[in-house]
Amino acid sequence: MSALESSIVLPPGFEPATDGREGEAYYLNMGPQHPSTHGVLRLVVRLDGETVLGVVPHPGYVHRGIEKMGENMSVLQYLHHTDRLDYLSSLGNSLSICLIVERALGLGVPERADYIRVILCELQRIASHMLWWGVFGMDLGAITTFFYGFRDHELITQLFEEVCGARLTLNYFRPGGVAQDVPADFLAKVQVILEQTRRSLDEYDRLLTKNVIIQERTHGIGVLPAATARSYGCSGAVLRASGVDYDVRKHDSYSIYDRFAFDVPLGRNGDCFDRYEVRMREMAQSVRILEQAVAQFPAAGPWRSKELPQYKLPAGSWFRWVEAARGAFGTFIVSDGSLKPVRIKNRSPGFSNLSVLDEIARGAKLADLVTILSSLDIVVPDIDR
Amino acid sequence: MSQHAPAYPRRSLARYLIDATKSLVTGLGITGRYLAHPKEVVTREYPDNRTQLRFAERFRGPVTMPHDEAGEHRCTACGLCEKACPNGTISILATRNLADKRVLGQLVYHLGQCSFCGLCVEACPFDALRMSHEFELASDQKADFERVLNHKEGR
Ligand code: SF4
Ligand code: SF4
Repeated sequence: MSALESSIVLPPGFEPATDGREGEAYYLNMGPQHPSTHGVLRLVVRLDGETVLGVVPHPGYVHRGIEKMGENMSVLQYLHHTDRLDYLSSLGNSLSICLIVERALGLGVPERADYIRVILCELQRIASHMLWWGVFGMDLGAITTFFYGFRDHELITQLFEEVCGARLTLNYFRPGGVAQDVPADFLAKVQVILEQTRRSLDEYDRLLTKNVIIQERTHGIGVLPAATARSYGCSGAVLRASGVDYDVRKHDSYSIYDRFAFDVPLGRNGDCFDRYEVRMREMAQSVRILEQAVAQFPAAGPWRSKELPQYKLPAGSWFRWVEAARGAFGTFIVSDGSLKPVRIKNRSPGFSNLSVLDEIARGAKLADLVTILSSLDIVVPDIDR
Repeated sequence: MSQHAPAYPRRSLARYLIDATKSLVTGLGITGRYLAHPKEVVTREYPDNRTQLRFAERFRGPVTMPHDEAGEHRCTACGLCEKACPNGTISILATRNLADKRVLGQLVYHLGQCSFCGLCVEACPFDALRMSHEFELASDQKADFERVLNHKEGR
């Protein structure tokens, strides 16, 4: 360590360097108000010229203590707060809690409710990936994609408004089913969305996937080896792009996902392009699941099993994870048998996925850091909780 | 470390130019198609279209108290909504009427604390609450966020 570097105070999270570049390196603050950090995430980057030597993310700017709040309210009340974690796949968040309550109390779920849940969850996965696609393009400098992504996302959001009563904070799933039955024209609207999605996916491919600039800027950038992905607990498209075949829907199946035929898209290189492509192929698979779900949808029936006055979990600890749009979202609840849980912990996919940033961004250029961050597809409120 | 993985063949300069021109033309073609088909453009001009805005019937706006046919609120001041609310948004101020029966004095609704979850409406056993379609709730008056929901009909 040179006298120069030992005399200055390093930004938090950085160790004194041993890479022999003390004289060259400097530190750059990115965020929390940076357009490419997707919310209020702050990164401190150690750079040599334009080359990234290390990144330390500083999450916590939107910490609301949602887990702590959950200790002071009933599970039913907590359920609606989870919409504010990963707001782009809020149904996955609430589904994990509903599954816990149903298992703990032995509640059954009517078949129609199961189908409604799967259809909405898959629609939300598509919506979330569409939005990500738009933002990914924008981060790489193609602002047009943002508008196309939002155009198609809007169709799904409108359906959510009609079914759930809100566009983002849906609060629709309940232990034992869903809050209300779907409107009569639900399936017809899903068909319209599927039709539009098929068209859009084709358009997305022509606009971005086959674009030379996008290819050159993502091929071989931010390579995440499978072993690293596993050891950091990555999940979702980030894990699968590295070639690890793990999808909670398939390998730890829940709800009625075992009734549908779908593939788990895998990448080979684990670079930004693979993460991009895996998400594009995931959308196509979601469309496949939706087609089957729409065909099998029970024409009538109850949408919620008998409502209980209170949902008191028996003493013990409960865990369930689901495949949300960004990866495995889990909820862990410790209960002492009273109305309010003793402890709630949410396992957010974004946190684990963000933690590999330092490993995979080292050696990349600063502009590539933006690509890499975008390809990890984080939602900051989910990380900060 | 980031490096070019061997899986991707490097393009020659000529290939580059051809591919780049192709993707440029494709991208412009898609944009151009929308230029030629203005009907497919989905932009809506809020706030100019305020009067045509339609909300889904289930849309959850601020909580209101409708009147029944007799022009009365159905609320019995049971306090279940107050209990169901995760945010402490609703305060039931009960009072006693001349027959010494517990009745609603004021239902105070702190709009600034409401997260529009609808749990109060679900919890009310007398169907006394509704969620309105009101939006554009911003205000610079603090008083606008403290609403007393019960009111005489027609006011
Ligand atoms: S909508 Fe939710 S937050 Fe608002 S008053 Fe009702 S229960 Fe409380
Ligand atoms: S609004 Fe309904 S739940 Fe609330 S106090 Fe009145 S009757 Fe009870």
